[in-house]
Amino acid sequence: MMTLKRNRLLAIVGATSVLALAACSSSTGNGGGEPADVPGVTDTTVTIGTHQPLTGPAAAGFASVSAAAKAYFDYINDNGGINGRTIEFVVKDDGYNPANTQTVVRDLVLQEDVFALIGGLGTPTHSSVLDFLNDNEVPDLFVASGSGMWDQPEKYPYTFGYNSDYVTESAILADYAQKEFPDAKYCLFGQDDDFGDDFEAGLTEILGEDGLAASERYSVANQDVVAQISAMKAAGCEVNFLASINAFTALGVGTAAKLGYFPQWMSSSSGGDYQTLAGFLGEAAPQLLEGFISTFYLSMASGDDEWITLFREVNEKYNGGVEFDGNQVYGMTMAYMFAEALAGAGENPTRESLVEAVQNGSVKGTGIVPLGFSESDHSGALGVQLSIVKDTVQAYFGTPYVYEDGSVVVYEGEQPAVTNKGIPGGK
Amino acid sequence: MSRTTAILAAVGFVLVVALTFVFEPFRNFQLATIAAYLCAVGGLTMLTGVNGQLSLGHAALMACGAYCYAFTANALGEAEIDGVLLLVLPLVAAVVGSAILGFVIGIAGARLHGPYLAGVTLAVVLALPAFTSTFSNVFGGDMGLWVTVARKPEGLEGRGSTEMFQAWVAIACAALVLLLLQNLLRSNFGRQMRAVRDNEVAASISGINVYRTKVVAFTVSSAAAGIGGGLLAFITQSASPGAYSLIFSLFLLMAAVIGGIGTLAGAIWGSVLLVLLPEAIGSLTKSLSLPPEVAQRLDGNLAIALFGIVLVLVVIIAPHGIQGLVTKTWRRLQARGTLQSVSIPK
Repeated sequence: MMTLKRNRLLAIVGATSVLALAACSSSTGNGGGEPADVPGVTDTTVTIGTHQPLTGPAAAGFASVSAAAKAYFDYINDNGGINGRTIEFVVKDDGYNPANTQTVVRDLVLQEDVFALIGGLGTPTHSSVLDFLNDNEVPDLFVASGSGMWDQPEKYPYTFGYNSDYVTESAILADYAQKEFPDAKYCLFGQDDDFGDDFEAGLTEILGEDGLAASERYSVANQDVVAQISAMKAAGCEVNFLASINAFTALGVGTAAKLGYFPQWMSSSSGGDYQTLAGFLGEAAPQLLEGFISTFYLSMASGDDEWITLFREVNEKYNGGVEFDGNQVYGMTMAYMFAEALAGAGENPTRESLVEAVQNGSVKGTGIVPLGFSESDHSGALGVQLSIVKDTVQAYFGTPYVYEDGSVVVYEGEQPAVTNKGIPGGK
Repeated sequence: MSRTTAILAAVGFVLVVALTFVFEPFRNFQLATIAAYLCAVGGLTMLTGVNGQLSLGHAALMACGAYCYAFTANALGEAEIDGVLLLVLPLVAAVVGSAILGFVIGIAGARLHGPYLAGVTLAVVLALPAFTSTFSNVFGGDMGLWVTVARKPEGLEGRGSTEMFQAWVAIACAALVLLLLQNLLRSNFGRQMRAVRDNEVAASISGINVYRTKVVAFTVSSAAAGIGGGLLAFITQSASPGAYSLIFSLFLLMAAVIGGIGTLAGAIWGSVLLVLLPEAIGSLTKSLSLPPEVAQRLDGNLAIALFGIVLVLVVIIAPHGIQGLVTKTWRRLQARGTLQSVSIPK
């Protein structure tokens, strides 16, 4: 460094000119010149984004969700869009890895300039961008996870849930288990994050503090759950609750079968879709999943109500006619709910009016239980119905329930009807 | 440091800082990430390229830095200590923590050669998720920890984004790491490291303490990785095992090799590629107008495949990496210049 003298002048001149250059070009115009200048909104389009596990441990279970949502947006766009604007849906892959989520969500918000985020998938992934999204005041709608974290309107005013929260799901499952299998030994196989923690909290609220004979946890980074399943077998577990994503539900059930262990499984909606599980388990699925109990809060993919009829048509026409399962119902409902919110946000939507629209009841969804959206409540579905697999068909039984003030209550309201061919905002 | 290198380094530093004023927030975020990776790749290129110790576990050492950063920053946050202390102390903790871990691994590693050392470091990075999940009440399991970070100083309010401030911190740290590493490489210790790499017996006969040289090299390299991890925790506000997987560890090594192993300039090339290549592939698949399903599948996987292909090509075409190519081209140009000046006088 000391021998620099002669060239010091050169270096300084160089550096100064670079700085001058930088100062000149720092006025980066945004262009466009929209009247309201709302990020992601033009006269003819609305651009929104999401982060999804298209690769990695959760991909096989959930990669079809965003494709289904995209198909439904295409359907809406082909029918004139919402208030004359077409919806552009940008999907980014995060591999179900929180570190990637942080990068792709910054990409969506800072680079792609999206209007809002919808259906960001996963508890560990999405929790890593909650602060970023709310700091930047980006509407963060219908997070695809049942963690209670999304329902904190004071702390996270821009974030809204979608799933029935895990406490609600597990409490309703536990309530049913107590009635149906009163003397059984109950256990939990759960994901090692808030998914597992929230689920366990709901179970112990109904079953009591020592209601679980065993509580085993798995890490998504490790594809081997023999230790956990063996421990549950050894503890004599008869009814096993599952707080697991699809890939690990299948892994758990399959591993148990290899160990010659066939308990009653009772799964969260996040990991209990028959078609998806059958995809993992292959030929053995009909045997292994017979009697498998799971919760859900939307129309069942195997059903034939008017929502399913509409979704099947959209799936045929816009989604290449892929096999129709719970993920399609889930993704299309997500898209429909965003369309409802956008229609409710008015002719010239802003981020504020979008959040306002969700809070003031514009969003009804397509589900069999009500949504919790209001100013003081940002939770999604407020309850679930139980389903069981019989002869490879997963179907609802009993009635829908909601979980209110620590007790499980029958829900008697109606499911929203299809109006205007499922395009919100029409007359 | 030679005169040309010093000038190039100084101009480069000023240029990069100047860029933060021009860049949009996302570009600054990427720049900060490059700087964080650069610390780790720089340490790794010294360890593997100069000292001959192969580490597949540098991601785990980065994770150690990230968690040390998180613990310290969160403790400071709870004690309501803010400002410069919240910025500096966690970074110091990251360096110290990973240096200690590196020292321990280095002691074991110095007795091992080539593939055996690679095996030990591989085990460390493989054990990371199991470790954080076993002690999930401390490490937060798969979700990891949320980190309290120093906010942009109030004097900067309204001028530039948070990302710009983060980029400054990261660039400053990376510059410091590079400066220290460069001085180390040119010192007596640098020659000792090369001697140990080339022939341990000969080095030992010349009076070099081979064992100590290896342990010190590993410790220094770990400290560099630690500050990289700390910076990542600072930039992303989180420390999680998923961010420091085996694949990431291999990526760090690939970055060092593709850039040009053993040279710090090569580490810069490698780190830039590590951040920009996946993005470039993303826009490429987008522009190819593939069916959306295929494009989405490719988005995550193609980057990994392409990195592999680039690695193979580099090893075949340019064994000394990008930096090797640059130096070669530079020398050729210079040679041409002197030839002409020689041929002119009659």
